[in-house]
Amino acid sequence: MDLSVINPALLIASLMVASTPILLAALGELICEKSGVLNLGVEGMMITGAICGFAVAVETGSPLLGFLGAALGGAVLALLFAVLTQVLLANQVASGLALTLFGLGISALIGQGYRGVKPPPTGRIDLGPLSDIPVLGRVLFSHDWVVYFGLALVVAIWAFLKFSRAGLVLRAVGESAEAAHALGYKVVRIRIAAILFGGACSGLGGAYLSLIRVPQWTDGMTAGAGWIALAIVVFGSWRPGRVLVGAYLFGGLTVLQLNLQAAQLPVPVEVLSMSPFVLTIVVLVIISARRRGASGAAPAMLGRIFHASS
Amino acid sequence: MQRRTLLGTAAALTMLATGALAQSDGPLKVGFVYVGPVGDGGWTYEHDQARQAVEAEFGDKVETMYQESVPEGADAERVLTQMALSGAKLIFTTSFGYMDPTVNVAAKFPDVKFEHATGYKRADNIGTYSARFYEGRAIQGHIAGKLTKTNKVGYIGSFPIPEVIRGINSAYIHAKKANPDVTFNVVWAYTWFDPAKEADAATALIEQGNDVILQHTDSTAPQAAAEKAGNVYTFGQASDMAEYKPAPRVSSIIDNWAPYYIERVAAVMDGTWESDDTWGGIDSGMVGIGEITDAVPADVKAEALALKDRIASGEYHPFTGPLKKQDGSDWLAEGETADDGTLLGMDFYVEGLTGEIPN
Amino acid sequence: MIRLEKRPEPSRAWTWATPPLAVVLTMIAGGVLFAFLGKDPVIAIKTIFWDPILGEFAFYYRGQLLVKAAPLVMIAVGLALGFRAGVWNIGAEGQYIIGALCGGAVGLAFYPAEGWYIFPLMVIAGALGGWAWAMIPGLLRTKFHTNEILVSLLLVYVAEQLLAASALRWLKNPEGQGFPGSRNLAQYPAGSNPELIAGTGMHLGIVAAFIAVIFAYVLLNRHMTGFHIRLAGQAPRAARFSGVNPARLVLFCFGVSGALAGLAGLFEVAGPAGQISIDFNTGYGFTAIIVAFLGRLHPVGILLAGLLMALTYIGGEAAQSTMGLPAAAIQAFQGMLLFFLLAVDVLTNYRVRLSRGQA
Repeated sequence: MDLSVINPALLIASLMVASTPILLAALGELICEKSGVLNLGVEGMMITGAICGFAVAVETGSPLLGFLGAALGGAVLALLFAVLTQVLLANQVASGLALTLFGLGISALIGQGYRGVKPPPTGRIDLGPLSDIPVLGRVLFSHDWVVYFGLALVVAIWAFLKFSRAGLVLRAVGESAEAAHALGYKVVRIRIAAILFGGACSGLGGAYLSLIRVPQWTDGMTAGAGWIALAIVVFGSWRPGRVLVGAYLFGGLTVLQLNLQAAQLPVPVEVLSMSPFVLTIVVLVIISARRRGASGAAPAMLGRIFHASS
Repeated sequence: MQRRTLLGTAAALTMLATGALAQSDGPLKVGFVYVGPVGDGGWTYEHDQARQAVEAEFGDKVETMYQESVPEGADAERVLTQMALSGAKLIFTTSFGYMDPTVNVAAKFPDVKFEHATGYKRADNIGTYSARFYEGRAIQGHIAGKLTKTNKVGYIGSFPIPEVIRGINSAYIHAKKANPDVTFNVVWAYTWFDPAKEADAATALIEQGNDVILQHTDSTAPQAAAEKAGNVYTFGQASDMAEYKPAPRVSSIIDNWAPYYIERVAAVMDGTWESDDTWGGIDSGMVGIGEITDAVPADVKAEALALKDRIASGEYHPFTGPLKKQDGSDWLAEGETADDGTLLGMDFYVEGLTGEIPN
Repeated sequence: MIRLEKRPEPSRAWTWATPPLAVVLTMIAGGVLFAFLGKDPVIAIKTIFWDPILGEFAFYYRGQLLVKAAPLVMIAVGLALGFRAGVWNIGAEGQYIIGALCGGAVGLAFYPAEGWYIFPLMVIAGALGGWAWAMIPGLLRTKFHTNEILVSLLLVYVAEQLLAASALRWLKNPEGQGFPGSRNLAQYPAGSNPELIAGTGMHLGIVAAFIAVIFAYVLLNRHMTGFHIRLAGQAPRAARFSGVNPARLVLFCFGVSGALAGLAGLFEVAGPAGQISIDFNTGYGFTAIIVAFLGRLHPVGILLAGLLMALTYIGGEAAQSTMGLPAAAIQAFQGMLLFFLLAVDVLTNYRVRLSRGQA
């Protein structure tokens, strides 16, 4: 065992990459849940985004268009969910799970012609001399644009929720749809918009996997990342900053456990493999024990059906 | 043979009641049960390629049916029964975990032939087959030992099953021969299928200075990670992964089941099928060695090809003594070669490998 | 303008009419999908919905429907109790795994002893295992207010690692030639859960699922706890005033659903699946969540929903192997069925009105 082979700067740089898909999906879900809608279909929207983005990027040769296609694909699937839960007032938990099943199926159907194809590469952003700064340059200034986009999105969502009027309305809808409705806000429309945004973000997260991180298309390639994204939203108690911390913590632990294995740390593999999950639980318990009622941070209307009776 | 046919007829009569022989005329129905989706780009993909080769070979004389992503266990038993009921006369079960279901269903359908991949339980109507991928691993190991500049070779394993351990041992032995200073760092992904995790594992290995990565997982994620890092070499697994030629992918092991499947289908057609245990290697074409690219120095390439020829001709066995186990105990004496039984259930590392096998 | 008007009471007529309506709509939409893939839609629909119940091989499939539905129903019944009370156990998959592990381990510990008491002990261990695993999120929620959705979900992944470790290490079959997986419990008479009537697939787990349905029905309709559960879900504050102890209710719901999931796992591992293997779990715990909601959280509804779900699995498999439909198409088809079932439910609770005014 030689732990000195693990380079902390490289580790941080890789965890930023590893966390990006779940970060993007979690941020989208955060907005969706803030509006009071629980969409458990993140996995389905991610995988649909992964194939839509892949297909568009391969056909057009442009990764950027690919990401746009991914966002669109995720949003289209989310639209299905929106119609079910907002127009037809179906149960959100069941609709979300059905969405995952449907997304996994439809993505594999679309992807039949894209197996074994290599997508156009997405380069690192050239930040010139910044990238050459020792340690910091590697950690902060040597990524592709999506990593920075994810970070910018954290800030944007934070500012949106905290300072903008639209953010306030969104939160109001999630806390008390009746009151928001009484004040004349179009609850259903706002929620549909939030759901679509969530779908688009999930789609981006999926495309990050298929276009940059892996990059290839294989059936079911998200392999549960959507579920982790859902968990991260709860972990972050519906705050963008904490969602970032949660995503990095989880991504970091995953990368770290593989690094420890590669360095031949004499700990059973199963223990290392389960460590990201166990430690996430432990951290959550500590947080919630200290501030009694972390679940109290959940939007009050989360998962409840809203029907304007008047 | 006479006796067998007679028994077969008697069994067939009993099965008639259940309608299993509804279509005894017409094309031969052949079933395939897959553990993953045909789009996995690896293990199942190659089995399905071989299925298509069977169709191309026999045309109207066969009708193939397949089922993807069949969980091992109760579901497999049902799928097998269903295929047998709908008239399949030969069924390939392409994963180790289908062993007990295959045995159970085969007992109920004595006139249907079963071919189970990588298992060890046989019966009158169950044959087993597997491939000597460790022969290909030997060649990879040799190239890896020659190519590495840091003397560190990374190895991404799926689960610690004999198949994977055999590959690690074979690769290590030959890397060590080519380069006495080489060390192997094994990372267990503990998943058959999670491209993102494979990418992370490859990245972790590369960042710790491993400059050749071998993988026993099916996605091209490690290839992409190597390409991104630069100056890292990889090998295709299960399929050629030619899109990463000439580097990082410098060679590959290709699963080629087509010749075997065609042979067995033909045997059922002309009534010569018998239960046996086939373990095909480079010689039979079951283990294909993908093109060794020019990223490999010419002399190393020549050595690798020579090694391949010696293995194919049977002149050389990748597990030839003297070899010791990891704990220092003797395994094979000078000149002795490993028997198939030991190889089949291999659960130990050879001397020199560090780390522990999780078992 | 179309608008929805909430019915004072759910419509009885629509309660019964919506599921068939949804099935018909799915047949149409699914038929379009299958036609798009170049398959005959009528045959595909017939293969999925008709053949398993009334087709040529229905004698086999009918039993298999029960085998497939039993774990789904058993888990869903337990989950529904919690969902009604606003207790979110999303991790039944993990409790299912741990139940199978604990029960299976007890059986394997006795191997090869014979005795009538072995199987009952396994059943108890299975239930206890699931119960204990569910108590973790339950206790964390009541003691530390930790979100139970997150904890129960993450524990699924932990359970999967424990399962892998068990199959590779401490429960590995010593006569398994080094391959992962435990001894086959189905071949160990004292520890197996065999078919009660040969060839029907009927096993004790199916009986247990029926009992669970009846138990839940009685509990919800005739018992104080059932009243508390419903009250806590509909009006948490009122529940507190009327003396419901929320912490106890959370633990009760987690305990019952965990124990039922554990039992389902035990019956599966000792019967249809036979052995503890790395991939033992096949998603019953997640699918059961859908089943619970499709059944409108009502025990009888869940029974029917479980059977319908099982039908799409088994019919879907048949359509795959006999018609060459990709597994992905079946998955998408199942998704559609769920969408339609959920969508038409609106007619049960709401009246569709045409109006000129603004919505």
